[in-house]
Amino acid sequence: MKVIAAMSGGVDSAVAAARAVEAGHEVVGVHLALSSNPQKYRSGARGCCTIEDSHDARRAADVIGIPFYIWDMAEEFHDGVVENFLSEYAAGRTPNPCLRCNEKIKFAAVLDRARALGFDSVVTGHYAQMRETELGRTMHRAEDPLKDQSYVLAVLNKTQLDGAVFPLGDTYKEEVRKEAKRRGLYVANKPDSHDICFVPSGNNAGWLHDRLGTETGPIVDEDGVKLGEHQGAYTYTIGQRRGLNLTVPAEGGAPRYVLNIEPKSNTVVVGSHEALAVSAIEGEKAIWCGPVPTPATNYRGFAQVRAHGSPLACTYSTDSERISVQLDEPLFGLATGQGLVIYDGDRVVGSATIDATE
Amino acid sequence: MGIYFDHAATTPMSQPAIDALNQQISRIGNASSLHTQGRSVRREVEEAREAIARIAGCGPSEMIFTGSGTEANNLAIKGFYWKRVHEDPARTVIVISAFEHHAVLDPVEWLESHEGAHIIQVPIRADGVIDLEALKDIVEQNRSKIALIAVMHSNNEVGTIQPIREVVEIAGDIPVHTDAVQSFGKVDFNFDELGVTSATISAHKVGGPLGVAALILERGIDITPILHGGGQERDIRSGTLNAPSIVSFAAAAEDAGTNRDSRYVAIRELRRYLIDSLRRVLPDIRVNGDVEPSLPGIANITFPGTESDGLLLLLDAEGVASSTGSACSAGVPQASHVLLSMGISERDARSSLRFSLGASNTRAEIDHLTSVIESVVERARAAHLRH
Repeated sequence: MKVIAAMSGGVDSAVAAARAVEAGHEVVGVHLALSSNPQKYRSGARGCCTIEDSHDARRAADVIGIPFYIWDMAEEFHDGVVENFLSEYAAGRTPNPCLRCNEKIKFAAVLDRARALGFDSVVTGHYAQMRETELGRTMHRAEDPLKDQSYVLAVLNKTQLDGAVFPLGDTYKEEVRKEAKRRGLYVANKPDSHDICFVPSGNNAGWLHDRLGTETGPIVDEDGVKLGEHQGAYTYTIGQRRGLNLTVPAEGGAPRYVLNIEPKSNTVVVGSHEALAVSAIEGEKAIWCGPVPTPATNYRGFAQVRAHGSPLACTYSTDSERISVQLDEPLFGLATGQGLVIYDGDRVVGSATIDATE
Repeated sequence: MGIYFDHAATTPMSQPAIDALNQQISRIGNASSLHTQGRSVRREVEEAREAIARIAGCGPSEMIFTGSGTEANNLAIKGFYWKRVHEDPARTVIVISAFEHHAVLDPVEWLESHEGAHIIQVPIRADGVIDLEALKDIVEQNRSKIALIAVMHSNNEVGTIQPIREVVEIAGDIPVHTDAVQSFGKVDFNFDELGVTSATISAHKVGGPLGVAALILERGIDITPILHGGGQERDIRSGTLNAPSIVSFAAAAEDAGTNRDSRYVAIRELRRYLIDSLRRVLPDIRVNGDVEPSLPGIANITFPGTESDGLLLLLDAEGVASSTGSACSAGVPQASHVLLSMGISERDARSSLRFSLGASNTRAEIDHLTSVIESVVERARAAHLRH
């Protein structure tokens, strides 16, 4: 196959590209420039947007011995990921930009471009496994449970996944680092990126403040009694306990948690831990990673609602556009806007964006 | 073996230059040392200086060796600016053509953001030649405030040669710097005849080694140095002289000078063949800056509806090396400021490639390009549409 290896400058994508070469593919390395002005995202930003990262990626491509290019995806990234991130927060939801980036950039804009240029697939260093099963080509969790990234890839539909190659899914991260060292890739010891790549030094609240402004509003209890003030509702997350600075203590001193964010009235609602309990989850804009399930109400499976969350046993139903989940055991604190991913064992069935919880 | 159509970026070393470098590289001696070995190296360097000076039409003492063309341009721009502002604080204006190489553009922009300089850009006509009438107006209106004027001798992306003698005439007593990196050894370039105050030339563009270049600076003119130290080059540039490379530079310059006219004709003819061949299969291509006089080998071509980085990738996969405009420090392709300055739309600028031919290229290589270009352009167009 002719494949494009998306190379961030990190160790995973470098080893993935090297493995693709070894598998006999014709590989071209591509680094995505996600900001038209790399300095803009630079100071303290981790991930894939800095000059140093693009140099690291280029050097890795040299070592592997493949051509290397930089593709300018700044506009697509800004429109599809950064703007979405801001508007979701402004609407009181908690978005996951990595999901959007996979959905709109890596396996959309990049894959489309690659296919038009005559390539078959995009190779990335994501930890997930594609397998041939009786259901066709399906996506499964990675061998390394700590690195499994199937959650952030569950926004890819079958056509996108057909153009995706994940050479690292069967390997533990430590092995990947050792392999990088063996291959002479000096990024072998480069730290993992954890933060949102376009938010410097993990200061999400500060970054949002700068862009969405600060508008003070009330923090109220479930009865609407004002307990304090906030500096911008979007900097709160459902389930958040710390940093509320409430002036009125709760009865009996029980801790209070963010239950709801109402962007229209700029109000943050807080309450008890019990009030955070969620046993039903509704998701919109369903995406199916394999065969589309026939509309039914009694599927058994597992729901996952955070990138590194646990799979929760559930019953789910779908009309193929929406997914409704009934959890066996309640979950505490769940924000709308997050991704709802359905698993059948270790197979990823599909995903939806959470728009209601109960 | 790939097909190399990127001679304006760098061109293979000529045999005389390779031989000279091989011979010099194992010698010992610092040209500044007073002992026998030092004197011996010094002599080689000075002979090289004289040889290059003869070809460049300047005096040997006017040749200041540097480590790169970029360094020479920085030295001229910053050196003149600081000197002239020091003499008269009102002289903060730097006049440059709108399509200078980044090695001129960026130091000028740096002086603007750090040292209080004011930039006035002289517009470029659609044919890729500086607008002399506009320059005249700019100079008339700002004469007492201008620190220096910089106009490149020939443009590196489209190849057009600029009317430097006319620029010098308009400038009067204002210093004029010209970046002649692409011209030296390829087309008529004579420092004295042009009357410029300074000029940049570089070895690796004429078959010499990388890492050596020169600022030609009129005798008796002092500019503020950037590098301070041993003062090896007229106290204007410090740093141990790269003797082997300087000697090799001279060998390359002599070879280029001797064969200049015959190579010009051969390469110019190849360029015409390339354009005609491409046009036969792709009638809608446009050639940017297709005028005389020009550098012999540069063909800057717009392939409508494509994106140049896609074209470059696909051509590279077919074994053909070409070049897009320039990229930012992180390698993000940018629309060429050269093409934009000529009034070409951003879209078309992003659809353009530069092929630059050299003495080693053949018609067979161009035939190979012609045989693959249609399918390459087709795929690049599809990628552009989806992008």
